[in-house]
Amino acid sequence: MTVASASGNDTAEPRPVPEGHVRLTIDGIEVDAPQGELVIRTAERLGIVIPRFCDHPLLDPAGACRQCLVEVEVNGKPMPKPAASCTLAVSDGMVVRTQRTSRVADKAQQGVMELLLINHPLDCPICDKGGECPLQNQALKHGRADSRFVDQKRTFAKPVSISSQILLDRERCVLCQRCTRFSKQIAGDPFIELLERGALQQIGTGEEQPFQSYFSGNTIQICPVGALTSAAYRFRSRPFDLVSTPGVCEHCSSGCSQRTDWRRGKVMRRLAGEDPEVNEEWNCDKGRFAFRYATAADRFTTPMVRDSESGRLRKSSWTEALRVAAEGLLDARDSGGVGVLPGGRLTREDAYAYGKFARMALRTNDVDHRARPHSPEELDFLGAAVVGTGPERGAVTYADLEAAPTVLCVAFEPEEESPIVFLRLRKAARNGGTRVFHLGQWYSPGVEKTTDVMGAGGPVHSGELLRCLPGEEAVALSELPEEVERGLSEPGAVLVVGERGARIPGLYSAAMRAAERTGARLAWIPRRAGERGAVDAGTLPTLLPGGRPVTDPVVRADLERQWGAEEGTIPGRPGRDLDGILAAAESGELSGLLVGGVDPEDLSDPARADRALRAVDFLVSLELRPTGVTEHADVVLPVAPTVEKSGTFLNWEGRPREFEITIEGTGAVPDCRVLDTLAVEMDVDLFTQTPAAVAGEIERLGPNPGVRPQPPDVSAQAPPRPGPGRALLATWRHLLDNGSLQDEEPHLAGTARPPVARLSAETARQLGVSAPQPVVITTDGGGELTLDSEVVDMPDGVVWVPGNSGESRINRKLGLGHGAVVDIAASSAPPRGGVTDPEDAAGAEVPAGTSEREIPLTAVHERYRTNGHAGHGGPNGNGRADNDGGSRQADGGGA
Amino acid sequence: MGMTDPLKGFGVTLSKMFKTVLTEEYPEVKKIPAPRFHGKHQLNRHPDGLEKCVGCELCAWACPADAIFVEGGTNTEEERYSPGERYGFDYQINYLRCIGCGLCIEACPTRALTMTNEYETADDDRRNLIYTKEDLLAPLLPGMEQPPHGMRLGEDEQDYYVNGPELARRQGVPENTTVETGDEEAVR
Repeated sequence: MTVASASGNDTAEPRPVPEGHVRLTIDGIEVDAPQGELVIRTAERLGIVIPRFCDHPLLDPAGACRQCLVEVEVNGKPMPKPAASCTLAVSDGMVVRTQRTSRVADKAQQGVMELLLINHPLDCPICDKGGECPLQNQALKHGRADSRFVDQKRTFAKPVSISSQILLDRERCVLCQRCTRFSKQIAGDPFIELLERGALQQIGTGEEQPFQSYFSGNTIQICPVGALTSAAYRFRSRPFDLVSTPGVCEHCSSGCSQRTDWRRGKVMRRLAGEDPEVNEEWNCDKGRFAFRYATAADRFTTPMVRDSESGRLRKSSWTEALRVAAEGLLDARDSGGVGVLPGGRLTREDAYAYGKFARMALRTNDVDHRARPHSPEELDFLGAAVVGTGPERGAVTYADLEAAPTVLCVAFEPEEESPIVFLRLRKAARNGGTRVFHLGQWYSPGVEKTTDVMGAGGPVHSGELLRCLPGEEAVALSELPEEVERGLSEPGAVLVVGERGARIPGLYSAAMRAAERTGARLAWIPRRAGERGAVDAGTLPTLLPGGRPVTDPVVRADLERQWGAEEGTIPGRPGRDLDGILAAAESGELSGLLVGGVDPEDLSDPARADRALRAVDFLVSLELRPTGVTEHADVVLPVAPTVEKSGTFLNWEGRPREFEITIEGTGAVPDCRVLDTLAVEMDVDLFTQTPAAVAGEIERLGPNPGVRPQPPDVSAQAPPRPGPGRALLATWRHLLDNGSLQDEEPHLAGTARPPVARLSAETARQLGVSAPQPVVITTDGGGELTLDSEVVDMPDGVVWVPGNSGESRINRKLGLGHGAVVDIAASSAPPRGGVTDPEDAAGAEVPAGTSEREIPLTAVHERYRTNGHAGHGGPNGNGRADNDGGSRQADGGGA
Repeated sequence: MGMTDPLKGFGVTLSKMFKTVLTEEYPEVKKIPAPRFHGKHQLNRHPDGLEKCVGCELCAWACPADAIFVEGGTNTEEERYSPGERYGFDYQINYLRCIGCGLCIEACPTRALTMTNEYETADDDRRNLIYTKEDLLAPLLPGMEQPPHGMRLGEDEQDYYVNGPELARRQGVPENTTVETGDEEAVR
């Protein structure tokens, strides 16, 4: 934008208008604006703030609130009435006068404000938005001091629970439709709508659409008044009472920037931070609401040592715990060796400390952070295609996804596994004409919302689901349909592979071949926040920091020199992977284990993990809260949760997402510090006292100076064809599931998707199941799982179940994963019904009154406040029901 | 120094003996301050005994001396301390810090917090000068019931807020007094 100079000499030629721009005047200032820009944005760039409520730069213009009225003259003719500047595009020669220079515009804005305030309750003192409320601010700035309204204000019963988390105060609503537009345009979950007309116009939910949006929290953040609140934060604190600290979300690998609001040492709420490169202005509900695990009552505050007499963990001092741990680890190292399992939720710095600890103090390459099903093929793939990449080194970014002509997702369910990637794909499909293909089993909500999008101008069919059998993805990837093959060959096309690819033999090899064949760029999107950083930090059995292969003696010697270690400290043989480490621990080959944020429930065979943890001679656990590991640990060392430490997550792009300590002075120490001190006890110096020191060391080391390891070459296998009464198991995890990082959040758990088994109509017919009649899934190994059924359009002979939702903990219950053959039959048990049993859904009890909506919202017919407090049940302190120990312990301990 | 000066001195003493005594017999005889004197705070109750405080923390925010600490809690149907959703779970006023400015009572949206004429807030132990909710809550007047209990005066909190004075009359609070004024004001 250029502001034409007001002064200057008169004889000068008028400056030409740049290509694709128009010249207009706003408040007497001449300005060039790109064609199609909205007047309100042009004014904003000049520093002229026009008040607004409905306008949001990431949503389509609506012109709903009429607050941004300005006086406009086009081609010398004034428009008959003031026009809404948020829907008006600039045109050449336009003259705009805002409230600053036009009495008409000012009066119009005051009139609109007065009308908006007629029915707005004067409850600012007790409203959550008070202090950060655009309506409050703009009423003070642009409104009248007095109201001429003398009648009774319209009132509604409040609050209405739109979901167990989102509460609606209809009387505060100014009908700007930001929430409905967000739901429709950004998230694709049209869960709230405008109902009724006239003075009774209000926001409500549809009758038949169940409300399950993973992005509902964003509507609270963009609500310009206090109409939408969350059960978790409602009435908890005041905005001016909070300290806001920027941070990074610790949940998935999207790497959302966020704002943590806290006071008195306690996090009160989290908001989406603004980062146009990554999450724009959005985040998912998990990132927004799941943070109370860190303040759970059962968190370890002091080190624990197993008492030799009682066999129970007892509190101890750091000195004692470190001494016991160091002695035990030294003994174990010298007898059989120690394996290290850091887990996938660490910062890059903490992961680096684990890797260095394994090599320097334990002198082993038996380290693997992949606390999930994994494969040697994946290991090769990570070394060849993932490690050391990043946006500045040409890796795929969010912007690339948005600009890509074609995106193919394989073994990756964006909405469930990386919600911000999903939002970006949806945006790309909606605005940019990106074709999004999914190689999967069924037309899941995430697939639907990226392939059939409601665009600004009408429905857009932006992609397809390429159906295949579970396990057949690798084969399907080498025989893609002509249309997809052609799409992937266009420049900028992206092939996305998820971490679930490890379950499908040959998939990573096929993906690399497909990328080579078509020229498409390859992206790997894991689920957990720490996975990507740990790959670079060197916590894999074949890779040292920066992607240095352990087998390369030159690289090894160089690293030993930089670490100040004796020659030959780092073993030259690749170590065991996680499964190998557990097998060796179970058989007694390994004498000790050092475990970080790993939960046995997440591993492909939790029963074997339990046996290994029990069998091993010495077990040290660095944990936040009790898990299946600490149950058997000889020493438990408490570590800091994300808000109490600093560090860096690498998101799936490889982009460093640095964050500082949010809550200081709690005395909690990060893993790297614990490991450093532990190593000192073992007479080894790691120099990883602080995350900053580690970051400096990582910087100094730089990337792998040698050659990249060879890519995997595993041939794809066609999956077995199950006979009658059997089916192929397809599975992935829901975003909101039994994960332990979602503990203590009953309201969030209430919005999780209910666990159901999905099968095709033909399969259901063969089994004699009529949905929602439950089906029982059994395995040869004695596993059994009963779930309500749902018929969807998917290949015959396949059953899909969620990976870790409610009852459906398939690692534990079935011991099998994606692509395995299971027995399936109709169950005689009665269906549980559409409403999820909250205890099943989340391992947490939703307080009465929040598990279902109080008011059938289509018929919000008691529009005027009638008697009867439509109160929500409210957060009832710790609403958690005691579940059978296992549910809490899923998905990483959070260390 | 003149000869009569000592006599003058005695004269002053003598003349004072026939004037009104300014000495206050405190603490034997307590002085009654002006009606709007800013004394110790009081957390008021509705006529049925439910607390008026909704735990909004505005008093804490208005306080220039940072003397007030409030933490809200959530009412449940089984355990209700105030009408509506929230109540003051924890309420503390530190009288070592309080400067008696009265901004907190101006800020209170429900008139839960008022000031009494009680001025004896001195002690020889710091801890005793941090008044907690029990110390601050208004005494239970006739017709009031110790919370937690249900809403006795109406079906929802609006009844309490909109029809408060009328409900108070019905509950037996005399005309021209309010529930806020507590016992020492009420007897005046």
